[in-house]
Amino acid sequence: MSVDLDTVKRVARLARIAVTEEDVSALTGKLNSILGFVEHLDEVDVSGVEPMTSVIPMEMKKRIDEVTDGGKAADIVANAPATEDNFFLVPKVVE
Amino acid sequence: MTELTALTIAEAREQLKAKAFTAVELTEAYLAAIDQANPVINAYVAVTHDRARQMATASDARLAKNEGGALEGIPLGIKDLYATEGVHTQACSHILDGFRPRYESTVTANLWADGAVMLGKLNMDEFAMGSSNETSFYGPVKNPWRATGSNADLVPGGSSGGSAAAVAAWLCAGATASDTGGSIRQPAAFTGTVGIKPTYGRCSRWGMVAFASSLDQAGPIARDVRDAAILLKSMASVDAKDTTSVDLPVPDYEAALGRSVRGMKIGIPKEYRVEGMPEEIEKLWQQGIDWLREAGAEIVEITLPHTKYALPAYYIVAPAEASSNLARYDGVRYGLREQGKDIVDMYERTRAAGFGDEVKRRIMVGTYVLSAGYYDAYYLKAQKVRTLIKKDFEDVFAAGVDAILTPATPSAAFGIADQELASDPVKMYLNDVFTVTVNMAGLPGIAVPAGLDAKGLPLGLQLIGKPFDEETLFATAHVIEQAAGRFSPAKWW
Repeated sequence: MSVDLDTVKRVARLARIAVTEEDVSALTGKLNSILGFVEHLDEVDVSGVEPMTSVIPMEMKKRIDEVTDGGKAADIVANAPATEDNFFLVPKVVE
Repeated sequence: MTELTALTIAEAREQLKAKAFTAVELTEAYLAAIDQANPVINAYVAVTHDRARQMATASDARLAKNEGGALEGIPLGIKDLYATEGVHTQACSHILDGFRPRYESTVTANLWADGAVMLGKLNMDEFAMGSSNETSFYGPVKNPWRATGSNADLVPGGSSGGSAAAVAAWLCAGATASDTGGSIRQPAAFTGTVGIKPTYGRCSRWGMVAFASSLDQAGPIARDVRDAAILLKSMASVDAKDTTSVDLPVPDYEAALGRSVRGMKIGIPKEYRVEGMPEEIEKLWQQGIDWLREAGAEIVEITLPHTKYALPAYYIVAPAEASSNLARYDGVRYGLREQGKDIVDMYERTRAAGFGDEVKRRIMVGTYVLSAGYYDAYYLKAQKVRTLIKKDFEDVFAAGVDAILTPATPSAAFGIADQELASDPVKMYLNDVFTVTVNMAGLPGIAVPAGLDAKGLPLGLQLIGKPFDEETLFATAHVIEQAAGRFSPAKWW
């Protein structure tokens, strides 16, 4: 499979990356080179093979559902570009 | 007294204990070396002079009371993707501009608890995506190695290029690194240093900037096998904060050095004889086989039939996981923000300005293969191929093979701004052809220098082990190191 200019624009939108017309044509070539490479997998017969879901066979760790941390609002917003009273500030979302 | 920065961790540890010099003197020697060399090598993106001096002073106080930890007073460099409290942590990306975490990664916390001293943060490919350290927002790192009689700058490999260059140029006693597809082992091979990627789950990923969560693993780059064993012992731990951290005690890796390889079965996979591989790499591999045979190991030819599909499968799995992990960089909670006319415009402009080209490409590939209608054809298929790759290794180990010997890389270090590599991303990806299988299967792998090529550049061999059998890798790598010797670049910087 290969991607065309419109698909690249659509994917860029899904990925939330602004692209210019120039970016799109450069990206299309490079993405097709990568997608062409991964198509080698078409040669592999995977019928009856389970997909890998755990790198090392292990049981999911569980713990008691209780509060073990918190009270760090100031730390959490400390690196944000815009905040007010321990809230993240963003451009208006709802009119 | 020899130059303090020339000492290995093991040597410095003994001499600090014997009070031949102080931790402050050792740290000052490294800071002076960094200040002199870094404008040329560009291995560090932040040097923490004050923090280093404070930590070294505290180390001296503990050493005076004979209360020193396993790494007391040892100056280390930290790859820029480990969260270090209050200190530059950007995975060398523009999008994390100004990020100073309010917490410490588990791996670095383990090192500081053992008395190590932080010299600063090391350069790397942006978000660990690259094999040459050229995708860093902070510019490329220069390999301390140059071809004989040449002034051309070479890459140190990547993504842990800053780590490898700093260790090779004696700008730290050892360094943390991380490996998603070969990012510890390839730069180690390019710089004549030792790098180990332990088994997935051996080191906690808590506080490491995530690239591909099912592949990422921390590990050290060091001057020799012993130093790598010392560092991994300290970095590894069982951590409740990482659900994939495996609940197994950390062995004393250093104790495995000197263990005989007599009677051990070493597998040689025929699929690693790739087309176009330079004769020198082939020769080096044969040399490694001969060394291990002479040391009493039994050499057996093995087959890992799905080897050639590891890299294509990786370039589905890794970008898919990356596109998801990197969704968090949106200009809201940390780092860069570009103003937009509404919130979506703000996200899009921030990510367009903040990510470099290679990172954008991988996010786009990942987004595409996970998008509606393509998931089964790409991601699910790749995860099935991954099962087959893992099974190849399981079959070989079940047949009695103790470790597998391969070349570490298909070539020696190449030039900075190589045009051929820049024009086609897939050509750069092929650097990881021998290392990526190990990440796909979650196995441990170590790169150890084994010789120099005709141009005088270092070449490495890789040993692959069973899950959580890092000890066999250290023992076997040590045998190769004893036979091959150690390699240091001639100082030109």
